[in-house]
Amino acid sequence: MLDTVDHPDDRKIADTDVENFDAEPVNSKANQSLYVARKKIHPKRAEGFYRKLKWWIMLVTLGIYYVTPWLRWDRGPGTPDQAVLIDMANRRFYFLFIEIWPHEFFYVAGLLVMAGIGLFLVTSILGRAWCGYTCPQTVWVDLFLVVERFFEGDRNARIKLDAAPWNADKVTKRTAKHAVWLLIGIATGGAWIFYFADAPTLAIDLFTLQAPPIAYITVAILTATTYVFGGLMREQVCTYMCPWPRIQAAMLDEHSLTVTYNAWRGEPRSLHMKRQRREGVPVGDCVDCNACVAVCPMGIDIRDGQQMECITCALCIDACDNVMDKLGLEKGLIAYSTLEDYTHNMQIAGAYGTIEELTSAQGYPRVEPQKVRGPTGRLIDAVKLTGWHSILRPRTFIYALIFGSIGLALLTVLALRDTLDVNILHDRNPLFVTLSDGSTRNGYEIKILNKRGETRLFWVETEGLPGAQLTVASSGNKPKASLLVEVDADSIRGVKVFVAVPPGQLEDERSEFVFRITAMRGAEATLTGTQFVAPQQALK
Amino acid sequence: MSDQNKDIDEETGVETTGHEWDGIKELDNPMPRWWLWTFYATCVFALGYVIYYPAIPLLEGSTMGISGKTNRSELQIEMAAADASRRDRVAMLAEQDIEEIAKNQDLVRFAVAGGASLYKVNCSQCHGSGAQGGPGYPNLNDDDWLWGGDLEAIYTTIAHGVRNDEDDDARFSQMPAFGADGILDRPQINAVTEYVLNMSGQEHDATLAEEGAVIFAENCTACHQENGKGNRDLGAPNLTDAISLYGNTRTTIRAQIQQPKHGAMPPWIDRLREANVKQLAIYVHSLGGGEEAPAD
Repeated sequence: MLDTVDHPDDRKIADTDVENFDAEPVNSKANQSLYVARKKIHPKRAEGFYRKLKWWIMLVTLGIYYVTPWLRWDRGPGTPDQAVLIDMANRRFYFLFIEIWPHEFFYVAGLLVMAGIGLFLVTSILGRAWCGYTCPQTVWVDLFLVVERFFEGDRNARIKLDAAPWNADKVTKRTAKHAVWLLIGIATGGAWIFYFADAPTLAIDLFTLQAPPIAYITVAILTATTYVFGGLMREQVCTYMCPWPRIQAAMLDEHSLTVTYNAWRGEPRSLHMKRQRREGVPVGDCVDCNACVAVCPMGIDIRDGQQMECITCALCIDACDNVMDKLGLEKGLIAYSTLEDYTHNMQIAGAYGTIEELTSAQGYPRVEPQKVRGPTGRLIDAVKLTGWHSILRPRTFIYALIFGSIGLALLTVLALRDTLDVNILHDRNPLFVTLSDGSTRNGYEIKILNKRGETRLFWVETEGLPGAQLTVASSGNKPKASLLVEVDADSIRGVKVFVAVPPGQLEDERSEFVFRITAMRGAEATLTGTQFVAPQQALK
Repeated sequence: MSDQNKDIDEETGVETTGHEWDGIKELDNPMPRWWLWTFYATCVFALGYVIYYPAIPLLEGSTMGISGKTNRSELQIEMAAADASRRDRVAMLAEQDIEEIAKNQDLVRFAVAGGASLYKVNCSQCHGSGAQGGPGYPNLNDDDWLWGGDLEAIYTTIAHGVRNDEDDDARFSQMPAFGADGILDRPQINAVTEYVLNMSGQEHDATLAEEGAVIFAENCTACHQENGKGNRDLGAPNLTDAISLYGNTRTTIRAQIQQPKHGAMPPWIDRLREANVKQLAIYVHSLGGGEEAPAD
């Protein structure tokens, strides 16, 4: 029975009106060799739902990247009005209404942890959705491909151009393509630096050659990486440079959605599907047209099963769905599916062997496609088509829970955080000084962080230290029970404060007490505990 | 090796090195190209480095390279730049009157920062790293001053020192050895001790102190004043406060009357520059006990 199925190399005659592509999956396992130079991939333009979705995601992600630094956010005088700004020079990070100081960097750490858990969550549900849709490498390669197609045409035209001798036409096309690529690269690097300085000012400085050298260096480096990664290296970045595909492979389980060639209805593939079916030879739905290979930006054949190279961009789904439409068959020969459903259906189709064997690139799975179709020719009910149910399982709940908890914790801390922060350092050398009237003096370095956009006055007082008198070091002022300290808007002020306690007031050589720092307006206050040290003879 | 002897690995078609370990053979694959080019690049870099920088050690010194740049010469350039950046303020410190300097906040910060490091190098050996002093070495943090605690007085003390032969302007005074030289006898010394304890508000024998008051009035008031508050012109300490250079107990006070110890300090104006001494004075003044200049 199986002998009647054509050999895959025999592509001369097909009895369907589906276009056949002479496309080779250059990165498939069978074609991989470590000592052979890379073969260029010429992905064909795909049409369909996923391609459209990817255009939108590309528009949104690139939009966010290029537009964000130009958004303004009024924070009052003396503070930058850029909505998102990483101010390295002044050590501040601004995000809309949030201003993060260096010691609050744990917010960023928290966000990174959330991003990590988020990737786990997305991966366990949608597989490598990050790679296929939102990874900058994928998005920029897509953009670069748009440019390439605009100047050089689609797959066949590009292959022809590659093979053509260098003439005026080729030179023009190539020059134009690389020039636009470089411009995109410059725009990419250019947008990046705007996150680190006031965008309008920096833009003017940049064009009038007034910007600091580091700005130009950054733009140059990012231009080079964008151009090289997006234009020249492309799929090699994903396959050889990026660790994520290998980590993600470990994150997937049998319930994760992956782009799957449904071999249980596709095999045995046949170029002469119509004739063979007419003759009663049970062949699958795959007409071996190679459309899926032609559109693949990674240069693989999805029909070889799950592969490390596959970024699940789903373009082969679009390509195959169009073919299935022409043939009058159900869409979804290539579809998002879980390994569990796939295995289930494979068993219905009478496949034998382990999961590994069924999904490996070693030969084609042997199935009996007539078993999945009823007498009407439709797929039988026992066939499981993957739906939303795959999302709901303990693993995703736990990831979502961790993700949500960290987010909630960060939000709570953010909502409750002070705009006043105080650090106090007790002088250690000397620990105490005896004054001529017998009182004991301790020194404290008090750092007041005023995180408001306005200059504020703060009262500095002690609590729990009887008879304590405060004075700012070398101010020449008379000691008082409380001090008034002015701190500029959005800055730190350090003051050296001397605290003197008259003899006979304290009971222990070390007395715990607190500094109460209160904002003069708004009554925001912090209590900071510290110690007062006195010699034996000054005690009660 | 002739072609016939080449051992070609069947699996890969690559020649082997001929080495074999338990049947495992090493393939003689060429170096990865990126590795090779990186290696060549480092060679070119090394060649350039040897020509440009001092590199090859000779019997004495080394080749100087066309740049002539060494770490030492770079350090000298950096030091010169640092000196140049300080030059203006150092000059101001040297020229201006110390009270005038104290009015310039920027200059005071500069002086305190420099003074702190000068202190660590030159003064901490006696006065302690925290300027906390010790028996015989005054604590510079407190508000008790033997020779005066305003900027001018501190400057003079540091510049000329105390009880030294090197500087004619050195602070000088000497308390007689009342016991050792037989000016007072032991009961008299005991009585004065009780009186001094009384003055600084400590436990004492009231009868003896009363007796001591008379002896004090006769022998000690010339320097320590009638009220015992001392005389800064003479470096005579205030006996009524809680601070004593040699200790505030009965034993130490008695010993000091019997045969007084006298501290000495070298003049620093000969050892440091004018600006440095002012920096030190401003630093010491900033430690917590500095006084305002006396109104003229």
